[in-house]
Amino acid sequence: MKELKVLAVVVFFTLVTYWGVEPFAHSVMHKHVEGHNFAYSDINASNVKGDPAKGKAAISACTACHGIKSQGIKAPMDPVTAANTYGVNPPDLSNAGAIYDEKFLIAFMQDPAHAAIAKKMAMPPIMAGNAQGAADIAAYLKSIAPKELTPKEAFVTACGRCHANRYGKWTQIGDVPKTKGNIKTGNDVALEQFKINVAKYQDKLADYMGKLPPDLSIISRARSKEYLETFVENPQSHLKGTAMPRVGITKEGFEKVYAYLESTGDPSKPKREKTGPWVLGFFLIFTFLAYGWYKSQWKGLK
Amino acid sequence: MAHFDPNARPFSHKWLNERLAIDTLKRVLSTEYWIPKNINFLWAMGMVLAATFGMLLISGIFLLMYYVPTTKEAFDSVNYTIMSQVGYGWLWRHIHGVAASVVFLIIYIHMFTGIYYGSYKRGREMIWISGMLLFVTFSAEAFSGYMLPWGQMSYWAGMVITNLFSLGSLHLNGLVEWIRGDYVPGQAFLSRFFMLHVLLMPLIIIGLIVLHFGTLRIPHVNNKDGEEFDFEAEAEKWKAGHRKESKVIPFNPVFLSKDVFVLGIYFMFFFYLVFYHFEFAMDPVNFDPANGLKTPPHIYPEWYFLWSYEILRPFSKNVGLIWFGFAQVIFFLLPFLDRSPNVAPANRRGIFKIWFWLLLIDMVGLTIMGKLPPVDPWSKFGTVFAYTFIALWFALPFITKMEKPVGGK
Repeated sequence: MKELKVLAVVVFFTLVTYWGVEPFAHSVMHKHVEGHNFAYSDINASNVKGDPAKGKAAISACTACHGIKSQGIKAPMDPVTAANTYGVNPPDLSNAGAIYDEKFLIAFMQDPAHAAIAKKMAMPPIMAGNAQGAADIAAYLKSIAPKELTPKEAFVTACGRCHANRYGKWTQIGDVPKTKGNIKTGNDVALEQFKINVAKYQDKLADYMGKLPPDLSIISRARSKEYLETFVENPQSHLKGTAMPRVGITKEGFEKVYAYLESTGDPSKPKREKTGPWVLGFFLIFTFLAYGWYKSQWKGLK
Repeated sequence: MAHFDPNARPFSHKWLNERLAIDTLKRVLSTEYWIPKNINFLWAMGMVLAATFGMLLISGIFLLMYYVPTTKEAFDSVNYTIMSQVGYGWLWRHIHGVAASVVFLIIYIHMFTGIYYGSYKRGREMIWISGMLLFVTFSAEAFSGYMLPWGQMSYWAGMVITNLFSLGSLHLNGLVEWIRGDYVPGQAFLSRFFMLHVLLMPLIIIGLIVLHFGTLRIPHVNNKDGEEFDFEAEAEKWKAGHRKESKVIPFNPVFLSKDVFVLGIYFMFFFYLVFYHFEFAMDPVNFDPANGLKTPPHIYPEWYFLWSYEILRPFSKNVGLIWFGFAQVIFFLLPFLDRSPNVAPANRRGIFKIWFWLLLIDMVGLTIMGKLPPVDPWSKFGTVFAYTFIALWFALPFITKMEKPVGGK
């Protein structure tokens, strides 16, 4: 019994120290930002009803810069040329309707920089005409979007033109291609050329954004989910003046993106959860047997 | 020339005994190495530390096979290669990271156990001093290891700690550059800390562990009451079969059986942390790659260095460095600053009892304040804790000099 009291004292001081240097210290160091569940309440919901058919007819206003692969519309420029022209590659719109908040999309098409809370945007305002035109195009994008995106598709659509993910083999201009090197020289010219294109793209992107946006391979270990969620919802809430635009994704869209970030940032999670109980179970049995040995050795000693 | 039986079968018991004295070794090191019976689970912390060091060594060997000590590849070799490409690499890394943190928790428990029961006194000074040398070398080992993932906290902690060697207004920038091998932490810096971490420090630590065990031999392990008795006579009682009357037990198997039980409980705690709660040992800031152009908003050491870091912070540059140096060496002097001849648990030693609990609370306070940003009210609390720490050590010789002899034992 005396030993349990000693143990209680040890545990008490250990827990106080732990509480102080972990939960408490982090709560003091990081300001709390309230999340709003991706409601984008500063944007007024449009009361006009979008017509997908009209949106489809008007889509050429968009496809001058954007591709829509799922509809057989190719991007007018390759990513590097696009970055040379605009600073960043305009996104393919195939999946846009599945991940962006509709109200945000409508506001964005009318005034991109304003909706994104960004100082500048390569996309000029009022591309879609008036609110009705924007609503029509948003309705069209929604009508062609797949019902369900994979986590990677969500990441690529929402983040992938500015952020690389080297652990996921993603660069700002696409997946690292599978190439074959020359077996006699060890050179892989195709891969080197791809790397040069990535470098050219990144240089332009860094000029456009002010710095090269960070690789997101293990951002899920470097920042808490709560931080990432509130940051993506409104980057200015954490980093005043950051060039990162508000991208306007929905709550479900964010969860998809986060699932991808976690899969590259913490790939051992499933294995950890599988192995853990076995190891703990082993030591439970170990301790049980050791207790028996201890009791037998100390029998009659006191 | 010793006698060797020509008929002894090679590697038979007799053959080995003639050459290696295995019976004597076994007796001296284990079955007749006497430990007091009057002990509690805190006496198992030495074994827990040895086991944790073993975990660090084994997991470290596995990590060493894939870690690449270059500024370009170190980060990804840890976070990508080891964490996702190598079978169970994630397990070895988490064991290594958690053990590096937990080993200090156990070291502190071990130290405060020694202080509480007076296990550094009268004949046991060398146990204490060799233990403190282990604390210092473990600190160097932990710091050098923290550089290796080459994340933001590696880089900036490396910058801040090596800067301390300019010794304030002495401006020994040449010394700092010599330590770094460069003006700022870079390849030379990473290579030499890698060498320190995987070779020199572990060699010294292993040597010191042997010394630490050796220092226990003559004064013997202390007991819960600080009671001094004749180990030889008590051992004779045990050997004569008076196990209940004897005050000692043999290391193997009696003491060991309790150690192994405590180890079992410890490993459940340890592996719970490894699988379900490892974040505390791996600071999020270090998952951003090192960037010399971007200082993190908060730079702080790992939790086990925070108390001495907080003694540095509240003062002006030079004064802070002096007290920081004071904090590093003062524990070594404990056997000489404690002037009382009493070897007894702190709760029987009058004012020393208060001194002990104040020191413990003060160091927990320093640790917590050391992580918080240096703004009010935290820096005010930190200053009070730092002054209290210094005052406690200056008061120690006086309060122990006045201490009344503890009767009875």
